[in-house]
Amino acid sequence: MSPEVKPDFLISPEGLRIDGRRPDELRPIELKVGVLKQANGSASIRQGKTYIIAGVYGPRELHPRHLTLNDRAYLRVVYRMATFSVPDRKRPAPSRREREISMVIANALKPALFLEEFPKSVVDVHIIVIQADGGTRCAAINAASLALADAGIPMRSLVPAVAVGKADGKLLVDLGDEEDKYGQGDVPMAIMPQTDEITLLQQDGFFKREELVEAMQMGINSCKYLHELQKDALKRVYVQKTSDSDGEEFEDDLETDLGDAEIMGDE
Amino acid sequence: MGDFSSKTIGHIDREFIHDLIKKGERLDGREFGEYREVTIEANVVPAKAEGSALVRLGDTSVVAGVKVLVGEPYADSPNKGVMMVTAELSPIASPLFELGPPKEGAIELARVVDRGVRESGTVDVEALCIEEGKKVFMVFADVYPLEYDGNLIDASSIAVNAALMTTKYSEMKMEDGKAVATGKMLKLPIKNIAIEHTVSKLGDSLVIDANLREEFVQDCRLTMAVDQNENFTALQKGGGSGPMSLDLVDQAMGMALDSSKTIKAIIDEAVKDVE
Repeated sequence: MSPEVKPDFLISPEGLRIDGRRPDELRPIELKVGVLKQANGSASIRQGKTYIIAGVYGPRELHPRHLTLNDRAYLRVVYRMATFSVPDRKRPAPSRREREISMVIANALKPALFLEEFPKSVVDVHIIVIQADGGTRCAAINAASLALADAGIPMRSLVPAVAVGKADGKLLVDLGDEEDKYGQGDVPMAIMPQTDEITLLQQDGFFKREELVEAMQMGINSCKYLHELQKDALKRVYVQKTSDSDGEEFEDDLETDLGDAEIMGDE
Repeated sequence: MGDFSSKTIGHIDREFIHDLIKKGERLDGREFGEYREVTIEANVVPAKAEGSALVRLGDTSVVAGVKVLVGEPYADSPNKGVMMVTAELSPIASPLFELGPPKEGAIELARVVDRGVRESGTVDVEALCIEEGKKVFMVFADVYPLEYDGNLIDASSIAVNAALMTTKYSEMKMEDGKAVATGKMLKLPIKNIAIEHTVSKLGDSLVIDANLREEFVQDCRLTMAVDQNENFTALQKGGGSGPMSLDLVDQAMGMALDSSKTIKAIIDEAVKDVE
């Protein structure tokens, strides 16, 4: 019920966006790995005002049994929004939108995972949107991918994701809430950075063919940057800090067993 | 110790915990009447929720958010707003929680925390009336556990009360039969604060704020809502069918009273800077 006001313009005369960003600039992003003790792997993301937590359980026994896959693990993604994450209270029951987003997130993550290592089991990815301010499905993928890595699920690569959109005729990266609502289109996408293969692609609004290609190229560039942020977030938790490393101070808000950090020791 | 990722617990673990308790000790070295560390982050959903709080009780954590909506009053209370607490046991919080419609545990959690808020008259629902019989404010406080290591009830009660205390919403007035925002921000009309304290019975002993392992082997638990004037405003015996003597109930009430001031002070401290 917080009053929503349509802004006068989305791109200022100086070419800056409503929150002062340049067209290809992401919102401030904070990624944290290992934020939940009960989960096998977890991560949180703050992207602008968007705040999302992802937790991974498994591989473990799959219930109900009829979902079992004989040659690989079943990747079950549940994307849910907290009732208080949006201006009007969201009804507590899962919506059709949440079900669809759960599915596309699963499809975005699957190509990166070696699920065939765990036949007949399930890997559960639970995502809660605590505060939604645009770009939640992409932010959710960024966090879920980190949580899967934290859980030790073998993977080809992390999966970064970003939404590219159009407002006042200009292509913009990482749409905020107003840009999403009052802009002319939105292209959420996720990639595997090693190969630039696209694992999530959706679109709404109006785009010419060249615009879409340009938008996707912008998206790939931003995803590469996000991929670096994701790797940094993992290193903060998994790479052992030597006693003589003065400059960089990593905050340590979890009890991680640094003894197992050798796996990441190729840095 | 076992890994506690399933609903069963080995006899060895069960006996180990009971033996410790008999010796006057707890698994994590706490006194019987001692809470785990309580930390509260108030206003964690500042852009979308009218009030919110993230509470950690040891390794248990929950987030609560408040939404204030305009709706129609119930027919039997035309001059009263609505105050409601709901909870969902999302499987993100524990390997023990499963997907699907709410089960007994989630329903009990929501109802017990709701009772603690409602029966103590925390929010003055008459002050939430915009126009009698037409429009009232509806206050929803929703709880999402993030990590479950025992005693979700107390963590949720602390979170809901802290979230309500930080809640700010826009004043409304009626114009041509419609509710219109005046632009003035109001605080919730809070009359009273009652926090729930849960004591578990293990054998002949009582411990407050049980962690998950203790919950597994408890005979039962007793949840008590205590307000700032040391009134008991809600009770719930649950978490197992073990019987409790009047003497033990009295002892449990003493433990709740001993903790109530400290916990309330932690909440007051956490919400005082939220403007």
